[in-house]
Amino acid sequence: MAATKASKEQKYDRQLRLWGDHGQEVLENAHVCLINATASGTEILKNLVLPGIGAFTIIDGHTVLGEDVGNNFFLSQNSIGRNRAQAATELLQELNSDVSGNFVEESADQLLDNDPEFFHRFSIVIGVQLSESTRLRLGSVLWAVGVPFLVCWTYGLMGYMRLVVKEHTVIESHPDNALEDLRLDRPFSELTDHIQSYQLESMEKKDHSHTPWIVIIAKFLETWLTEHDGQPPKNYKEKEAFRQMIREGILKKENGVREDEENFEEAVKNVNTALNPTKVPSSVEDLFNSEQCTNITSQSAAFWVMLRAVKEFVLHEGKGCLPARGTIPDMISDSQRFINLQNVYRDKALQDAAAVAKHVESLLQTTGKVLGKNAAFLRVVHCRSLAEEYAVESVNKDEITSCMDSPDSEMVLYLMLRSVDRFYQQHSRYPGVYNYQVEEDISKLKLCVTSLLQEYNLNVSIKDDYIHEFCRYGAAEPHTVAAFLGGAAAQEVIKMVSHQFVPFNNTFIYNAMSQTSATYQL
Amino acid sequence: MIERCFILSFREKKTRRVVALTEKMVVEGGAGDGEWEGRWNHIQKFLERPGPFTHPDFEASSESLQFMLETCKVLIIGAGGLGCELLKDVALSGFHNIHVVDMDTIDLSNLNRQFLFRLKDVGQPKAEVAADFINTRIPGCCVVPHFKKIQDFDETFYRQFHIIVCGLDSVIARRWMNGMLLSLLVYEDGVVDPSSIIPLIDGGTEGFKGNARVILPGITACIDCTLELYPPQINFPMCTIASMPRLPEHCVEYVRMLLWPKDKPFGDTVGLDGDDPEHIKWVYQRSLERAAEFSITGVTYRLTQGVVKRIIPAVASTNAVIAAACATEVFKIASSAYAPLNNYMVFNDVDGLYTYTFEAERKDNCSACSQVPLDMRFSSSSTLQEVLDYLTESSYLQMKSPAITASVEGKNKTLYLQTVASIEQRTRPNLSKTLKELGLADGQELAVADVTTPQTMLFRLSFTS
Repeated sequence: MAATKASKEQKYDRQLRLWGDHGQEVLENAHVCLINATASGTEILKNLVLPGIGAFTIIDGHTVLGEDVGNNFFLSQNSIGRNRAQAATELLQELNSDVSGNFVEESADQLLDNDPEFFHRFSIVIGVQLSESTRLRLGSVLWAVGVPFLVCWTYGLMGYMRLVVKEHTVIESHPDNALEDLRLDRPFSELTDHIQSYQLESMEKKDHSHTPWIVIIAKFLETWLTEHDGQPPKNYKEKEAFRQMIREGILKKENGVREDEENFEEAVKNVNTALNPTKVPSSVEDLFNSEQCTNITSQSAAFWVMLRAVKEFVLHEGKGCLPARGTIPDMISDSQRFINLQNVYRDKALQDAAAVAKHVESLLQTTGKVLGKNAAFLRVVHCRSLAEEYAVESVNKDEITSCMDSPDSEMVLYLMLRSVDRFYQQHSRYPGVYNYQVEEDISKLKLCVTSLLQEYNLNVSIKDDYIHEFCRYGAAEPHTVAAFLGGAAAQEVIKMVSHQFVPFNNTFIYNAMSQTSATYQL
Repeated sequence: MIERCFILSFREKKTRRVVALTEKMVVEGGAGDGEWEGRWNHIQKFLERPGPFTHPDFEASSESLQFMLETCKVLIIGAGGLGCELLKDVALSGFHNIHVVDMDTIDLSNLNRQFLFRLKDVGQPKAEVAADFINTRIPGCCVVPHFKKIQDFDETFYRQFHIIVCGLDSVIARRWMNGMLLSLLVYEDGVVDPSSIIPLIDGGTEGFKGNARVILPGITACIDCTLELYPPQINFPMCTIASMPRLPEHCVEYVRMLLWPKDKPFGDTVGLDGDDPEHIKWVYQRSLERAAEFSITGVTYRLTQGVVKRIIPAVASTNAVIAAACATEVFKIASSAYAPLNNYMVFNDVDGLYTYTFEAERKDNCSACSQVPLDMRFSSSSTLQEVLDYLTESSYLQMKSPAITASVEGKNKTLYLQTVASIEQRTRPNLSKTLKELGLADGQELAVADVTTPQTMLFRLSFTS
């Protein structure tokens, strides 16, 4: 047992450094469903099986065709004639013995007819190359029971993803380039006491040159505040003057030349960061004011209970501030004083986290240590339902129309895909699949485009070139486009399952022709 | 404009070779096994149908697939995270003549993303296992593996490929490949001969970030033109490591850089091997001790290993995305179906999905594709042979078979090139001519390419008399 655990840690080492052991655990307890084992589908699953998703189930009633094997790494020549779900499951399962693979030899529509509750058991359902009607049926079933639904479609040189989830909460969003939480404008008492213990004027050179810049700025800020009526440097001119003040603090040699004090240089460089006012980000304020946070009931999800606890903290112990994050960036300093300074922030964070936990207890019986250091980065994603996107009353006209001001924006690809949906509805096939159909289908597809735009009252025009191009595609699913989508979609699934990092909201379009992409909220 | 010439010449290049191979095929008696109906349906639509967005020089034809399957040679550098994906993507896009180079063997930690390898393959050469898997899974595909470093090959090897795709994990290796392809360029009348251009498609990933770029050597920005896009390695100052550690990383670096060479724990000549768990364990224990001395928390086994091996986190999904984008470019260029990416795409899926595509610009003073020249002093009556001897015999340069190009009356001219028989014959008479006779002037710049230095070197000629 120990051997397997150790070798799993080694095998997954490179990804554990991204989402941690706790993220991996959630992944290993998840069960994802894939509908249709086309190239796009198997590529998505490959990128979930490799990192060790707990289980997958493929639902597919199709029989493997020659062209399926041609673009799909997880079907082989002797799969031809067999059920596609079964054939793909074998070759996907072979990738990772930690994962449990299952298949159902039925179409999604059949399951929806006979046993819609079958879908309730999944952490997320991924539907690939679905017709509009199947998509909408699935969308409605999954929306009702709160199972996230990811729609994926590779159509010619276009990749399309739509995330459908009522509410998805993220505690660990892992933002790039987050601002530091230094509290220099509103120092807590322990920080003030700690700063007091430094006397820059009476330090020996060695200590002076290795005093952490946070302390330096705090000291000079104290002086500035007394000289400026308690007002910190606000504009560029004042900040420059403040920087100059710090520079003047650099030790001078006997001949009046300044010493080389890198820690003071660091202080000067970090003035802007240090003077960032400590406040609750507006995104978090919005969450505080949301209905879910205001009305905590016995039905409230843990995330909202914890968020409410943070809100209570802000109102009481925090005196308007979030729980302290507790980390400081590395900086020039001797070890002792850096560690001591770091501990001041760390202890404060622990204190604040304990206070948050107390609030949580009084709301519920859970703790929120992870919550403390991520408080500023909490995110909630709400996606509109497919029904809302497709209904004439609620279609996002504004977004579509304004994007189409640039007639070659990715939005045109979205509209073409919706038009192709119509074509399929009318003709029970996709345009241009066979060579002889390409020419004649152009006018038929154009009619679909026109009717789509009319029905939604969209005052946009679509170039004929795109209509021709979409007939040319003949609903082809080239492997490289499917593989791109496979990587993109799989990572969104991992985000959904682990609640780490922020998923997209809610439509992603990839244009392989121009190697560009766009995200729309439709 | 130049890009159009390149696409045209690429097509001509491939037309010639299709004819040659078909004859050969008749002699050898038939196509490979493992064909079935409909196999190439998805791809054929792009090759056999005209369309409104295709490249102006694209011609819909059923011959393109034949070229891609039978003649087009693609080189994939790296059989790791990106390499495995590239092999699959390129093979399933209709390319059956693929070579792959990788100097590494398989490690357990590769298995979370390098899907051509299994537990039983740990310790085996990546290139060989990858080639085997692809050749078995995809009938008719012939991947030739090379368990070698890229530097083990010379330009005769690289010249045979139509397209080269890199899935490397080091900037140095990229620059070497970049330099190699620049050294293959032939100039005629001041213009790059398009048939000497081998497109280089380069992909890189790190955690949730990645990029894909298309380089047409001599035409677009090269690797060195955009060196600032490659983040510098984090190296902590020595005084921090030696006497003022603050972070757990400082403690590990102390053990790695100072304690290990002093204690030599596994023997006098035994260097620290990041892949040896016993070594890492030793470093970990000592790092904990060091950290305790300074009340630093956070030293873990995982952190220790990460610092010693300079580990970059990696997942299957990012590699899948970037490799796919690169393979799409391979397809576009080989088929001339669409204009290639011009020329750099960045991808990041930490928060939603973000891509940014832009045209990286050539740098006027790029060290690789437009360098600052070195001085070379000769009399105007010296012969080109004397210059050649200097390049090969000087202890400082020790070149093997340098190719010399000069800018004469504003146009680039290849003065001598040994490695392509036809060009060698054509330029051999130049060797006995004097520099003056060749039309070279004082202050003249000479570009010299050679296998010993993958980068074309620039010299400035100073006449002594």
